[in-house]
Amino acid sequence: MTDTTPTREKPIVALFATCLVDLFRPNVGLATVRLLEQAGFAVEVPQQQTCCGQPAYNSGDDDRAAALARQVIRQFERYSYVVVPSGSCAGTIITHYPELLRGDKEWQDAAYRLAERTWELTRFLTEVSGQQTEVPAEYAGRITYHDSCSGLRELNIRQQPRTLLSAVKGLELVEMEERDTCCGFGGTFCIKYPEISERMVSNKVEAIRQTGAETLLAGDLGCLMNMAGRMQRLNVPVRAYHVAEVLAGMTDVPAIGEEENR
Amino acid sequence: MQFSPQQFKPQARAALQDQDLQQALSRAKSGFIDKRRVAVEAFDDFEALRERGKRIRNHALEHMDIYLERLEAQVQAAGGHVHWAEDAEQARAIILELCHKASAKRVTKSKTMVGEEIGINEAMEADGLEVVETDLGEYIIQLAEEPPSHIIAPAIHKTRQQITELFDRYHHRGELKKKLREIPELVNEAREVLREKFLTADVGITGANFLIAETGSIALVTNEGNADLTHTLPRMHISISGIDKVVPTLEDASTLLRLLARSATGQEMSTYTTFVNGPRRDGDPDGPDEFHLVLLDNGRTRMLQGQFREMLRCIRCGACMNHCPVYAAVGGHAYGWVYPGPMGSVLTPLIVGLDKTRDLPHACTLNGRCASVCPVKIPLPKLLRQLRSEQYREGLMDSRNRLGLAFWGFFATRPRLYHTAAGLAIRVLHALSRGRGRFRRLPMAAGWTGSRDLPAPSRRTFQQVWKQQSKERGR
Repeated sequence: MTDTTPTREKPIVALFATCLVDLFRPNVGLATVRLLEQAGFAVEVPQQQTCCGQPAYNSGDDDRAAALARQVIRQFERYSYVVVPSGSCAGTIITHYPELLRGDKEWQDAAYRLAERTWELTRFLTEVSGQQTEVPAEYAGRITYHDSCSGLRELNIRQQPRTLLSAVKGLELVEMEERDTCCGFGGTFCIKYPEISERMVSNKVEAIRQTGAETLLAGDLGCLMNMAGRMQRLNVPVRAYHVAEVLAGMTDVPAIGEEENR
Repeated sequence: MQFSPQQFKPQARAALQDQDLQQALSRAKSGFIDKRRVAVEAFDDFEALRERGKRIRNHALEHMDIYLERLEAQVQAAGGHVHWAEDAEQARAIILELCHKASAKRVTKSKTMVGEEIGINEAMEADGLEVVETDLGEYIIQLAEEPPSHIIAPAIHKTRQQITELFDRYHHRGELKKKLREIPELVNEAREVLREKFLTADVGITGANFLIAETGSIALVTNEGNADLTHTLPRMHISISGIDKVVPTLEDASTLLRLLARSATGQEMSTYTTFVNGPRRDGDPDGPDEFHLVLLDNGRTRMLQGQFREMLRCIRCGACMNHCPVYAAVGGHAYGWVYPGPMGSVLTPLIVGLDKTRDLPHACTLNGRCASVCPVKIPLPKLLRQLRSEQYREGLMDSRNRLGLAFWGFFATRPRLYHTAAGLAIRVLHALSRGRGRFRRLPMAAGWTGSRDLPAPSRRTFQQVWKQQSKERGR
């Protein structure tokens, strides 16, 4: 990280880190920054960002969700690119903010403008930056990839992470059965209906185990925490990383939920 | 029909513990999904067909009044009768009266979900009628005295062993030694029992897959041919349908039938597709003397006017539940009423009221797989979200969740405070984890840690790390 090129010549990307990355796994945010910088962008992180509002939106608390949507729009509207290392938070901004703010024409227009400039990370790297062939990372081992639902069905993210991963040296991708079936996270769902969620994540863990992969990757920290937590409870020895960490070559930290090196 | 959507949570819990149910569900799941996928891939541009189906249904709903009037006129012209029922009670009363008029003792029925919606079986039985379900799955659950658990495969929750036991008890007085019989053997036995019922029934009741305004026909599809025996053999045929099933033309119906079979069972066409036009005419070799069409509203015109209209496009194929991971985990009975899975979680609250169905809109991860396979593109996750906001507005959310949201929202909308508080909380949690990287148990997160470990946060938040790095790098 000794980039000394003057940033004014580079296009600027604003990073929306997401609340889960901020609270639980800063490494995903740092990895995202590194990937964006490697792709030739200067990264800014607006300090006032908190959460995209999904917990409120998915609970039917539209007023609170709209307040957060306006807050995000205010903080990010001046950027040409906003990148999010999460399909579900990016999906909220891109597909749901305009719907959520439909009662107010001005805000809805602002939501549309932000939606046009907001990108899920892997999609940004493959479709905008065009740097996908020069990923220098290495990761020795067999991995399997879980397609998180919002990214998959709201933003059509399926091939992008695989394209990026195919350039990682030493990495072998083994697809799991039902790779596009929900892992049972669902935000507050996993707390409100823990038994159902447990069954869903257990099915998912079984599918992961069947691949023989040593590492599980995905593009959403919520799903990853859910699957990693279940695997650890069941003593399934598969490590879990966010796809950005592998792409950026930043897997020198403990995997999700793993003991810290002492 | 049992009514217990309020009990979703305990019912779901019980379903997860039920080994027979779990066995039956896991066997059924991939079958439906694979068959649909093969059928969809074999069809040239299924996506365009879905779009056409959606447009046909939207048009029909937009002009429902006109098409229903035309339907009524055409049914009458063919010698049939049309009855309008505003709610379940009226529909039951109409049907019972028709049965009395026909001096009926025995009534055969082919599968009708609207029949379940109005609870017609219980009403007829209480009235002293013998009611016989003739769809094999419906027949099985009638013997088991259970409601259907799926809208096209009502006995999907039953294992072969359970069916063997049921047939033994009802057909052989429990004297059979075999614990597990072959499927063809069971089917033939049911067929034999039902044949006599078909031939001696006084009234036959069917549903309707579509109502065709242009011709006054009702379309009926089955894979067993039981609907045809139900409506041609007795003296009177009563068809019950929701008013939403009307489509303008035969051409429209044929487009929708192509969508229906592929989405439901992965077939190009159901084995039997019949268009019924009124009673027997002079010179017809068979058919009933009387034909009655009972058209049920039961909340549908109300749905038509509001933000849930799109739900009325539903053609009852069951693809949404076949692809729903929650349905796959708990089965249909957990939902507590006629319509399970995603479509049921939207429809049930709209028919019976949000206050009695608090869990249904929430028992979903919003993963969107249902909408991606819906043949008429109903945005089910969006409708479920809308129901959640109605619940929230009406104060139907439990106070714990409401408080939790308010607490979180208070901080999330005050960034400075949020980051200070988050930084502190993270530091405390990290210290509590003592370098183990995760929590096995955490009292305030018991919903999470009951079944999985909770990854512990790092020492600092991303924002804190970023700030420090920026300072060091002079960003």
